[in-house]
Amino acid sequence: MINLDHAATTPLEPAVLEAMRPWLTESHGNPSSQHALGQAARAGVERAREQVAQALAVDPLEVIFTSGGTEADNAGVKGLAWAARAAGRGQHVVTTALEHHAVLEACEWLATHQGFALTVVPPERDGIVDPQRLLDAVTDDTVLVAAMAANNEVGTLQPIAEIGPALAERGVALHVDAVQAFGRSPVDIGAWQATSVALTAHKINGPKGVGVWVLRRGAAATPLSHGGGQERGVRSGTLAVPLIAGCGEAIARTAARAEDEIPRLRRLRDRLLTGLERAGGVRLNGCRDRRLPHNAHVAVDGVDGEALLLALDAAGVAASTGSACQSGAAEPSHVLAAMGAPLEGTGHLRLTCGLDTSEDDVDTAATAFAAAVDRLRGAGGGFA
Amino acid sequence: MRVLVALSGGVDSSMSAALLVEAGYDVTGVHLKMADTPSGLPGHGCCTLDDARDARRVADALGIPFYVWDLSEPFQERVVDDFVAEYAAGRTPNPCIRCNERVKYTALLTRARAVGFEALATGHHVRLRRDPSSGRVRLLRAADPGKDQTYVLYMAGQEQLTHTLWPAGEHHKHELRAMAEQRGLVTASKPDSNDICFVPDGDVGGFLAEQLGARPGRIVGPDGEDLGRHQGSYRFTIGQRRGLGLAGRDEPLYVTGIDGSTVHVGPRRMLATTSLEAHGAAWVAGEPPADDATLTAQVRYRGQPLPCAVDDLGRGRIRVDFTDEPPVGVAPGQAVAIYRGEECLGGATIR
Repeated sequence: MINLDHAATTPLEPAVLEAMRPWLTESHGNPSSQHALGQAARAGVERAREQVAQALAVDPLEVIFTSGGTEADNAGVKGLAWAARAAGRGQHVVTTALEHHAVLEACEWLATHQGFALTVVPPERDGIVDPQRLLDAVTDDTVLVAAMAANNEVGTLQPIAEIGPALAERGVALHVDAVQAFGRSPVDIGAWQATSVALTAHKINGPKGVGVWVLRRGAAATPLSHGGGQERGVRSGTLAVPLIAGCGEAIARTAARAEDEIPRLRRLRDRLLTGLERAGGVRLNGCRDRRLPHNAHVAVDGVDGEALLLALDAAGVAASTGSACQSGAAEPSHVLAAMGAPLEGTGHLRLTCGLDTSEDDVDTAATAFAAAVDRLRGAGGGFA
Repeated sequence: MRVLVALSGGVDSSMSAALLVEAGYDVTGVHLKMADTPSGLPGHGCCTLDDARDARRVADALGIPFYVWDLSEPFQERVVDDFVAEYAAGRTPNPCIRCNERVKYTALLTRARAVGFEALATGHHVRLRRDPSSGRVRLLRAADPGKDQTYVLYMAGQEQLTHTLWPAGEHHKHELRAMAEQRGLVTASKPDSNDICFVPDGDVGGFLAEQLGARPGRIVGPDGEDLGRHQGSYRFTIGQRRGLGLAGRDEPLYVTGIDGSTVHVGPRRMLATTSLEAHGAAWVAGEPPADDATLTAQVRYRGQPLPCAVDDLGRGRIRVDFTDEPPVGVAPGQAVAIYRGEECLGGATIR
């Protein structure tokens, strides 16, 4: 199987597994315990915290471990909004139509169940939000802007560095979903002047089930869940030491190799895209330049996306049409809809390269893609 | 051979997949999501999230790839909307036939073949037999007569049948359950789905009332006399006796006709029909039947096949004359399926 679905998840790197292994075998302490077992575990957690802090150029105190990107996004969005409203600063939230469901659904829940006002800013046709358009949506009542650094579907980079300082000046909190961006494009929390940032380990060759929520010093957030008061009191629950050790290692390794890996991914992706475009009637979705280096997201004329995905799967190539709903069916993409991309009579496919992708892989995938597209077009497109 | 099996989450399609895996086919499962139905609804459709989960567990147990295809939009447009429109026009549609014709069988087979499968299998209770001399495939009634579904597949084409497998129809339902039990499949003891899947509580009148609102009209007797009023002719179907609000009469009255908003009622003898016309004829046997004395016609899903003669009126229209016993309660919109013995030859929609 050739895995070109690294935006969904990535394989665990052997060195990361080694970093996790002691905490799964020899050492089982609870980092909150006072005895030696607990202290050993605590040292493991704090080492990981240092690794993350160094990679992100933040203070270790600002690093909070969560169960993943979704929890970090929910903690940031809801936590900041609740705390700001409790302080009497207002109750308006701004987000973008491109966000991952973890942000979009959290914002919509604040609006439908918590009495917040919500403005959802649409992207331009190239899949990028116009920073001025977003800033224009901010009012005196706005307490939070939630925006992603890079889109998970079409891979477009968002102008966080342009909106962050303007928001900071107006005293509006900024939560950034950097789950897809980290390791693939700059995550400069200081320059962004972000209040809160979400990351996850499994998108960067770390384990599933662990993520990072960066909450800047001095920022007030109301916790989602209540309990033992771990992690500065904003994320209660016994720390998942093996996962946290893996998360720290994955983040450190990803940061260390980014300078070489990003151009390598870009070359692979460009080679893949050239191959895909040979099938004819294939167009790149989203801006060509301001996009994640590993992401090729294409519109394919005359074929059904789901049928194409299945044909590629049978040919040994893993790709994606976007996110899946609860039953496991592919959902119509809210991102493509927001960009005004054609949906009738056109299939959309996302292929994303990763650490384990080779030139042979992308060449084989492009050949399989062309064969599947030809076959489907010859049989009416495979539409439902 | 690569086969795509539609797994509804019920026992028939589960065992179809199991039998094909055991026969050495390269099997892939697909669950068709037909509606946004939440879990835990009363009744037993085939379209809840729980059914999708059951289908996935069966695929896991069989060790086959599994996909979910969201067909809720085409299903709504091509089946549910048509169902509502037909009732609104005073006819009694069969949504399972529409679904097989437009979503679940014909369209799915086309898509399966486009994706690279050589055949499609579903859990339908019918049997196929290939005639070695002519190469023709015959669509036969199921081994379990109580579960036979040839009536809802009369529109299949010969070319399609050569790319279709229906292993469940070779077995009685109780055998399928026992076989599923032996194999430890979670669907072994799930209840049968008898209702219309998008009306899980079985209240078709209530479902239509939500869609169509109140459309009051008259109920008139055989001589045109006013007998009462109703809130929507879509709540009635020909042959219906209950729910007319006409109790306490000497002779029970039945719906004999629906004409716009007017519902006609009369005694049971008025329901007998010696002849009917139908349109949109399709011949699964490959050609219209030669007229001989062995034909029978069935006018309802669970109806009796009755001896008949079939005349081709051209342009897909046929006339069916019942040569022995006339059927009671022939409803426009339902299908008439034509048989010779166990073989379904084709059918058409009653006008």
